Amino acid sequence: MIFAVWAPFLVPFLAAPAARKLADALHPRAAAWVLTTTTVALAAASTVSLGLLAVAGLLRIPLVAALGHLSLPWLSHASPAAELLAGPAAAALLAAVALALRTAHLQVRELRRARAAVAGSAIEDAPPTRAARLPLRVQLRRALRELVALDDHPLAVLDDDRADAYALPGRPGRIVVTAGMLRALPAPERAALLAHERAHLTCRHHLFLAAAAYAAVIHPALRQLRAPLGFHLERWADECAARAVGDRAVTARAVGRAALAAARAPRPARPFLAPAAAAGPVPRRVAALLSPHPGTGGRRRAAAALALAACLAVTATATLDATTDLHRSVETAQASAEHATHS
Amino acid sequence: MPEVPAARRPSGELEAQVLAALWAAHQPLTPQDVQLALGGDLARTTIATILARLHDKGTVARTRVGRAYAYTPTVRDPAGLAARRMRTELDREEDRSTVLARFVSDLSDDDERLLRELLGEQPDTREVNGP
Repeated sequence: MIFAVWAPFLVPFLAAPAARKLADALHPRAAAWVLTTTTVALAAASTVSLGLLAVAGLLRIPLVAALGHLSLPWLSHASPAAELLAGPAAAALLAAVALALRTAHLQVRELRRARAAVAGSAIEDAPPTRAARLPLRVQLRRALRELVALDDHPLAVLDDDRADAYALPGRPGRIVVTAGMLRALPAPERAALLAHERAHLTCRHHLFLAAAAYAAVIHPALRQLRAPLGFHLERWADECAARAVGDRAVTARAVGRAALAAARAPRPARPFLAPAAAAGPVPRRVAALLSPHPGTGGRRRAAAALALAACLAVTATATLDATTDLHRSVETAQASAEHATHS
Repeated sequence: MPEVPAARRPSGELEAQVLAALWAAHQPLTPQDVQLALGGDLARTTIATILARLHDKGTVARTRVGRAYAYTPTVRDPAGLAARRMRTELDREEDRSTVLARFVSDLSDDDERLLRELLGEQPDTREVNGP
């Protein structure tokens, strides 16, 4: 058990760089999926391992051992280190839960503020009437219409001269654009911008981002996958926009012009969004739209995929192994206790 | 040219485009102006229908100009001020990437230069929109 239970903590340090390499060689949609499933799987394995360590220690508490009819002498003989490890493991687990709650709190607050900004802005569809007062027939019809129009994301314009645009998830998801941004782009590029934001909402990119945010609080090595995921999601939406407007160059210009317009009106400093060292995400997006067929490093991609698959396989096997190990040791400890009482 | 025929696109998509054109313009637009601004992609009757629908929702205001209506997006103050305040608060968030997928992230000086090169753009040219 002692080795199997540690693997899920160590593997992410190798798996994260492999996942990044693989993602860079894939189509943005596949890249986003690879990054998200990798982070979620590794975070889940880490959580299970922390749980196993904590439970193994919990069994050493005399009361718990008595309730479970476990032989304490056998347990302490089988894995003497369990008691020492259980405390830190439980603390780490609690810390992860606390951080996850904090992330959830921040996300809810952020969404609420963004929604309030839109609700108070110039453009809102007819205010929602209180549903309870409406006859059932009307409610049903409205629900049906909502279902049909699920991919119909209304545009909310903020009367603000600074250029900004984002997708606001919800029901319905909204495309939020400032008047400043709309004025900075000619009509075809505005269409590309709207198509880009619509793609974010239709493909539910906020769920990918949220999954990565929660995984990152569980294992620090997974934090490095958040920025690449954000980049590939933008690329994914760029590709959707290019397809929707039928023009890659127009889409590229829309991204570039929007970024320049946003840079003209600097927003307040954001300490955690440090500028990228080399070429930042926006120029890379523009370049990818302008030259859609970069040299595909087939061999490198295969190597990265193989490394990542190996990492995930090791994690899965180790987690399974550690779980069955704990289960077996509980059963043996019970049998041992039974044996002790009978003899 | 869009791959999807205009008639088959969801109505919200067309509404968004028309609304965006109204916001981008600096004066009221007639259906014909909107059609021109959007590059003649949509039938004028379609645009007129969309504008009428937006007007019904209170999203746009209209004034009669000759035989047609001219439309402007409505700003419901003081709600607009509230929006501005909310946005300022949003800007204060340190890391906004958790939920909101923004169209563009911040640029470094190098990024800006690289971008202008990629776009073949002269420093600080502003595109002026259609009518």
